[in-house]
Amino acid sequence: MIFGADVASMLLGGVAAGMVLFIVSVGLSVTMGLMGFVNLAHGGFAMLGGYAIVLAMKHWGLGFVPALVFGFLAIAAVSAVLERLLYTRLYEAGELDQVLFTIGLVFIMTASVTLLVGPENQPLTLPSILRGQIDLGITRYRTYSVVLIAIGIVIAVGLWLAFERTRMGAQIRAAVDNRRMAESLGINIGRLFTVTFAFGSGMAALGGGLGAEFLGLDPQYALKYLVFFLIVVAVGGLGRVTGVFYAALLIGVLDFVLKKYVPQGGTLFIYGLTVLLLLWRPQGLFGGKAAA
Amino acid sequence: MMKRIIAVAAVLVMTAAWAQAQEVKVGVNLPYTGIGAEFAQLVDRGMELYLKLNADKVKPYKITLIRRDVKDPSGANAKIAVQELLTQDNVDILAGWIYSPNAIASAPIVTAGKKLAVIMNAGTAHITNLSPYYVRTSFSMWHAGYALGEAAAKLLNGKTAVVGYTDFPPGKDSLAAFKRSFEANGGKVVDEIPMGGAGAVPDFTPFFQRAKDKKPDVFFVFVPAGDHAAAVAKTYAALGMREAGIKLIGPGDITQDTKLQAMGPAAVGLITMHHYHADLDNPENKRFVEAWKKEYGATSTPDFMAVGGYDGMAAIVYVVQTLKGKIDVDKALEALKGWKFNSPRGPISIDPVTRDIVMNEYLSEAVMKDGRVFQKVIGKIDGVKDACKEQKIGPCAPK
Repeated sequence: MIFGADVASMLLGGVAAGMVLFIVSVGLSVTMGLMGFVNLAHGGFAMLGGYAIVLAMKHWGLGFVPALVFGFLAIAAVSAVLERLLYTRLYEAGELDQVLFTIGLVFIMTASVTLLVGPENQPLTLPSILRGQIDLGITRYRTYSVVLIAIGIVIAVGLWLAFERTRMGAQIRAAVDNRRMAESLGINIGRLFTVTFAFGSGMAALGGGLGAEFLGLDPQYALKYLVFFLIVVAVGGLGRVTGVFYAALLIGVLDFVLKKYVPQGGTLFIYGLTVLLLLWRPQGLFGGKAAA
Repeated sequence: MMKRIIAVAAVLVMTAAWAQAQEVKVGVNLPYTGIGAEFAQLVDRGMELYLKLNADKVKPYKITLIRRDVKDPSGANAKIAVQELLTQDNVDILAGWIYSPNAIASAPIVTAGKKLAVIMNAGTAHITNLSPYYVRTSFSMWHAGYALGEAAAKLLNGKTAVVGYTDFPPGKDSLAAFKRSFEANGGKVVDEIPMGGAGAVPDFTPFFQRAKDKKPDVFFVFVPAGDHAAAVAKTYAALGMREAGIKLIGPGDITQDTKLQAMGPAAVGLITMHHYHADLDNPENKRFVEAWKKEYGATSTPDFMAVGGYDGMAAIVYVVQTLKGKIDVDKALEALKGWKFNSPRGPISIDPVTRDIVMNEYLSEAVMKDGRVFQKVIGKIDGVKDACKEQKIGPCAPK
């Protein structure tokens, strides 16, 4: 019984961490898969979203849920503008140019946040019902983790349905698989790109806010966690909601378990495992190029 | 006419010479920008406040602070800053050092420069052994860590403990200090958990989950001052460790005054051993806190870092007065060996053997009082020396 509670708490902790990774990374996976654009500033949108959410709660007294909605919309709007003004110019450019451009954008975001808000960590104040512990029968666990898991599942199912069952989703899938064919069928790729990009950035913002309880929120956020987001996308495969979902859970649980049982190793194991995995399956664990 | 010009010139030369003799240049190295900026501000304000409140004690001398930004805890930038203060600015006294790695890296330069160097924060125990010119007015990790080990075993009746620490020199120091005295007093450290580096606040959940599973009586946590503390209190509360009967204890970094009120109810029940917090009840501290709030705003508060700067400046002013403005490093050290001061943290002095501070340690519990988190003193140990050097442990043994 004790053992069961141990395993349960470990899984809950890991899955909750995985959900944060999923919510942030899913947008990156879709935009990278869809546009073939290496957007390293994705973590930056998550960071800006986190700040928008935390500061809206702090200064405007917004509730947690309205603040999340605000963060999503604000960052989606900002990223749509950036996409139209800047990103479109680099769609045809090489990967190196894209990397240089987006990493530069990250530095600008980091410096702006430091200048405007300050270098210190911004604490997220959760509503009181999300704090403390909840009784799950076999074990008691922190309420917020359980809620986060529920939110993650809802988002995953919602995205999967949107992706597989709607016209927009079909257009995105078509564009990921064969862009020229999709274009010649009359799909407005430019508009599709903007909408998808804005939506992906909005999701990142949502993840930045929801995850602030675990990942914290400071100007280094965008670079600090970028590697994790990229690992999730690499393992999950490009443009695959389900792949990213499984990959995020896998990485979340593995990282949690390794940190708990071998804290001396730090994050070393995760990086090592990722290297081995990508040597074995360069397309990712759940990515198959042609499969839907 | 000619005579008059000569006379005026002579007077000018004399006043210039006079003014020169009066001025003492103190070279301050602190991380004024970057992640340590708020710490630098605390120490800097502590120094400024002492000079402001004690202007009459400084006269007839003039203390000029020359500030250098060391940016980060890497050591490299601090070393350059100290070198420039010595060679370009020709300072008489060095001061500052927030981060231990910076004090460790600067030590050879300090030794070569032959100037009095007052450490106002960096707490790794053996630092004062690295240069004969280092004098510390802040603390050693062993002051709190060692005292808390004994208190945890005797006063809190702890039989088992888990130690979680940030994996860098002061963290390891704190672990060693706590473990040694806790086990010497019949306790047992059942697990030691490194919790990531000092650079970023990690998600503490896996580490705390591991500690919770071991079901210790006390969970000793060392994290650097600053943003870590809030995450520690939050995770402790969220994982229900208090309900599980595990007491969270640590040096005062987990209840730093500047972060405490933002932590709110999550901080209640935390037990710390430290040499200072703003709620200490003594006349000197009441004056200090009042003056601070008047100077820097009612919502701002001094903390142990501010007191490190305040007391460090008190030591510097004492040296300047004793040596009549002509700072010779050997005479300065000699003077400080007999220095006693009534600090906001209680009576302090400099240990003549180790050049480290001797001070009281306070065992405090965070409670809710008048709608704010208040640190209630529940125990006190007088005249604590750095146990690491007292007992000549590891790198603390003199070479």
